[in-house]
Amino acid sequence: MSETSLDETPQEAAPALLEVVHQPLPHDSALRHVQGNAPYIDDILEPEGTLHLAIGMAPIAAGEILSMDLSAVRQAPGIVAVLTAEDIRGRNDVSPALGDEPMLAAREISFHGQPVFLVAATSRKAARVASRLARFETRAEAPVVTVTDARQAGGTVLPDYAWQRGDADAALAEAPHRLEGELEIGGQEHFYLEGQIAFAIPGEDGDMFVHSSTQHPSEVQHIVARVMGRADHAVTVECRRMGGGFGGKESQASHWAALAAFAAQVTGRPCKLRLDRDDDFALTGKRHDFLSAYAVGFDDEGRLQALDIRHDARCGYSADLSLGVIDRTMFHTDNAYFIPASRIASRRLKTNTVSNTAFRGFGGPQGMLAIEAIMDGIARRLGRDALDVRKDNLYRPGHLVTPYGMEVFDHATMLPLIETLEASSRYRERRREVAAFNAHSPILKRGLALTPVKFGISFTLKHLNQAGALVHVYSDGSVMLNHGGTEMGQGLFVKVAQVVADEFGLPLDRVKITATNTAKVPNTGPTAASSGSDLNAMAARIAARTIRDRMAGEAARRLGDRPDRVQFRHGRVFAGEASMSFAELAKACVLERIALSSTGYYRTPGITWDRTTKTGRPFFYFAYGAACSEVLIDTTTGEMRLEAVDILHDCGRSLNPAIDIGQIEGGFVQGLGWLTTEELVFDREGRLRTHAPSTYKIPVASDVPAHFRVDLWHEDNREDSIYRSKAVGEPPVMLAISVFSAIADAIHAVKPGHPTQLRAPATPEAILDAIDRQWSQG
Amino acid sequence: MRRSLRFIFQGSLVELNEIDPTRMLLEWLRETRRATGAKEGCNEGDCGACTIILARWRDGAVRYQPVNACILLLGMIDGCEVLTVEDLARGGSLHPIQQAIARHHGAQCGFCTPGIVMSLVAAYLSEPRPVSRETIAECLAGNLCRCTGYRPIFDAAAEALADPVPVDPGIGIPGKAAALQALADGRDLLLGHDDRFFAAPAQLDTLAEMAAGHPEATLVSGATDVGLWITKKLQDLPKIITLNRVEALKTIAEDETTLFLGASVTHGEAMPALGRIDPDLDTLMKRFASRQVRASGTIGGNIANGSPIGDLAPALIALGCTLHLRHGAESRDIPLEDFFIAYGKQDRRPGEWVSGLTIAKPGPGSHFRCFKISKRTDEDISTVLGAFRIELDEERRIRSARIAFGGMAATPRRAAKAEAALAGLPIAAPAEWAAALRALAEDFQPISDMRATAGYRSRVARALLGKALTEIGGARSLTRIQPRGPVAETAHV
Repeated sequence: MSETSLDETPQEAAPALLEVVHQPLPHDSALRHVQGNAPYIDDILEPEGTLHLAIGMAPIAAGEILSMDLSAVRQAPGIVAVLTAEDIRGRNDVSPALGDEPMLAAREISFHGQPVFLVAATSRKAARVASRLARFETRAEAPVVTVTDARQAGGTVLPDYAWQRGDADAALAEAPHRLEGELEIGGQEHFYLEGQIAFAIPGEDGDMFVHSSTQHPSEVQHIVARVMGRADHAVTVECRRMGGGFGGKESQASHWAALAAFAAQVTGRPCKLRLDRDDDFALTGKRHDFLSAYAVGFDDEGRLQALDIRHDARCGYSADLSLGVIDRTMFHTDNAYFIPASRIASRRLKTNTVSNTAFRGFGGPQGMLAIEAIMDGIARRLGRDALDVRKDNLYRPGHLVTPYGMEVFDHATMLPLIETLEASSRYRERRREVAAFNAHSPILKRGLALTPVKFGISFTLKHLNQAGALVHVYSDGSVMLNHGGTEMGQGLFVKVAQVVADEFGLPLDRVKITATNTAKVPNTGPTAASSGSDLNAMAARIAARTIRDRMAGEAARRLGDRPDRVQFRHGRVFAGEASMSFAELAKACVLERIALSSTGYYRTPGITWDRTTKTGRPFFYFAYGAACSEVLIDTTTGEMRLEAVDILHDCGRSLNPAIDIGQIEGGFVQGLGWLTTEELVFDREGRLRTHAPSTYKIPVASDVPAHFRVDLWHEDNREDSIYRSKAVGEPPVMLAISVFSAIADAIHAVKPGHPTQLRAPATPEAILDAIDRQWSQG
Repeated sequence: MRRSLRFIFQGSLVELNEIDPTRMLLEWLRETRRATGAKEGCNEGDCGACTIILARWRDGAVRYQPVNACILLLGMIDGCEVLTVEDLARGGSLHPIQQAIARHHGAQCGFCTPGIVMSLVAAYLSEPRPVSRETIAECLAGNLCRCTGYRPIFDAAAEALADPVPVDPGIGIPGKAAALQALADGRDLLLGHDDRFFAAPAQLDTLAEMAAGHPEATLVSGATDVGLWITKKLQDLPKIITLNRVEALKTIAEDETTLFLGASVTHGEAMPALGRIDPDLDTLMKRFASRQVRASGTIGGNIANGSPIGDLAPALIALGCTLHLRHGAESRDIPLEDFFIAYGKQDRRPGEWVSGLTIAKPGPGSHFRCFKISKRTDEDISTVLGAFRIELDEERRIRSARIAFGGMAATPRRAAKAEAALAGLPIAAPAEWAAALRALAEDFQPISDMRATAGYRSRVARALLGKALTEIGGARSLTRIQPRGPVAETAHV
């Protein structure tokens, strides 16, 4: 047996030099993005005979389809197949877990537009035209549409859930001050620029290859297999990139992939399903909208003593991810504040609308908005500056236990971060300037707010906190990288590649980034919960290290040194003075029969949350941030202009500051849209009236102020995350709460000293309504 | 009569003898030519992911315009060079706009990026320098990005647009001017046959004859509305006649007191002249949809389609505007406000078409104000649009008022009772406006819809009238979140 026997535990090479990690490198596809040659699924050249699919949609929101006449659909030009639930060979179920989402509704209709049949045609246009030719006989019921409707109807998609800490009732009763209220919080459409799409190509033996624009290829694989009635191994799902996801393709890409695979299975031809934008709006879930009713008790300084809050969420017709989403609302109802006694409750209300789903922040933003509105309310009641009230309520030594029992071990980041931003944004001077302006401006009012974010990192479903990777080194020294994370624009692929490049001491371009593929890395969790790089970079590093350590053994043998003195840098492998190129070493390893391929597997340590007992630690760590925003409103029309934004955000020791700043800016602006211009309007029949960008308004360039400053907070993650970085995907969304708070501040200036009640989104109408209420008080 | 569509694409002249009249340019690019750089994001001209550039010979020069390929009929690009993102990089070197966006991390998911690149390349080729941040925002208003928050795109644009306007555009075919001039042959174009055709007459008389001969045909000018009938309502429009090649309908004529706009003048082309009338009109035009839509959509088409909001119509009604209609050889003129009869119903017979309109400019003693209220400032349709033309006498009393609103009724309409109530009042006496403000409730009973409730619309209409009077009367404090622009030198105030 030689020293390099694979049966022995290989000795470790010297630690990687970090030359690529922490650098502000561009997105791996940047040059292809600007040239329009980064292919999305609809850009893939279709095989001859590909069929295009369109969905036949239910004409009612609730009730039954008594009969469906599809003869006109079948006779339309270009139609190859018209499929219904009866044609399904596996199970008619595209739900993530609970079996409550039919792929094609057979009789009972749960929301307006629910898919009831599928058209396959030789062109997309032919399929779309035919899909509208069905005649239905229905028995319609009055749909349950809004949260208010659902409260009355009483149906839920999952049981109510709550936790308590201390005696909230007694603490409320004893508190010197008490506020009660209800906050209306709107939903949000993802509006990923690339709509939902899947392209299924049948293979031999009934196998199916599916291109899916999904954040969760493994789940798509399992659901496709389920509806086909096949084992998971018969289905391969691949995703090179998405044109945006934001949570909207976490659980809700499955349906379209399942339909495409179903049609491909039945017709034996490649089948592509790309939803038209209006259909995407009508058929896919959104951020949950809420009514959150609260009573809060506090002392003369505004310190919280008790909070009793219930979040009533519109979940839509099925459970989807509402269990975890609303849990996260509860987990973030404290935001950064210590609450001695609390009861935090939630209801997952069932409605005849699309099933609401993950959206960047995953319920956290709604919980945080509620507590921040409460902070503003307390400040107004006491006549204190809201920032002072916020600072006084932060988690602090001796007051570190959250309402769910976890201790905020890394609390010490929050106050210095806030105070740094307070100074750099000139908060106090601007507060005086705003007051001076408002004193002499009857029509226009300014508002200012500085709000913090503390966001828990980890999936609160423990089993999702795992990841796998697959790394190959080829004999020419080039590296192929694959992992279970998906790329939706967030820069995950380049971050993971940076980590792998440094393990091998190679320039980034020697590491080939490849499409996420269930045949390469199985049983992955979704790319979600901001955890993509935390999990996948760790798994990839483990895979790369395994190979590197094997290679170090061979290098040591060849260069006459110990493996732990072998260093990989600049494309070469060094042992003292001696060195060889990485490519030479790779070649040598192949000749010496040393395996240059490895998987890597990682699971987040220390996560112990148990939802049933309501105990344990749900989060690996917290990500922190704060934003200061200033607005100007017109008190006669409700129009608003965002004047300035200053952000200070904690990415730990950033893996890639350029990518992270992009996540912060983009997240903030997405949150801005949620809280200002993006309004979902359903009519009484349960139809979404804002179903296209003509009527649903996400931010455009001019909504972003010229003064939009983002700085990173440079402090290593206290936990042993990948190179001490922190997750950054979701937390910045909640920085936009500063805008909502600033708008409320401006409204308050209309008639100071009275409570201000503003609903989200703060459209011109919502602002004007709040102004009218402000005038009418006292 | 020419029987083939001619345009330049990827360096070659394309001649198509047969097209389906409802074929969209984006479908042709992506499906027929597999040029997949332009993306379909919304299929209704709102997101800009499909933005491409049309180069055309107009008024003695090559013009570059960003347009939404998703709602542009293929038949409408006769005589153009179609420039897509695939045309930009040359010999491995990226266009300065591409370089800047990549360098500033201006793409994340990348799906909107080709469209954003093309919008900015259009500005690179023709926007007068220096380019302000406001102008960059205006260039980008028709391009939605859901990832970046736009800041890096602003930075990239500012950096690249610091270059001077290039003498040689450096993209597409060389010798563009001569080639495009040669394509602008002024011949009528007809594709298809009597039952199913796409016609693009170049001569006014041919248009008049065809429209009268096919009264059931769909007249299309910019297709920014008709395009959606096809892409969203999935209507089959077997006979389409476009007005967009008729030179005679592109006249812009101006004198001291009036501005004449031919029906096929695009919003983009009309902007400078309209903007000189009043800064509020300039702002209104800049907030009207997006550059892409303004480059295609025409003033005549906007009026002819009779949107209840019709972002421009209320402003023109308040100013005073005569609409010119033509049917065969007959012409007639009506006040613009009389054209709008009811929701979706205009005073236009089958085969009749809008040939142009004449706008009365405000003279001395005449004050104009116009306010657009929308959920989002840019690229949004008005919730309420209020336009006011107030004539003051020498004692600063209101001699007459023309008030028009969009979004307050099924059509753009004047507020007759409020106008009457204002006559004779001193402009500087807010206490006396109450009757006029109340009268608005008699003039309008708006509806609730996805943009706002009826109650909000009514409140805001009152507020806007109050704001106009306050400003004209001489406001002592700030009245708007976006200050009124400077008055152009040639405009009367």
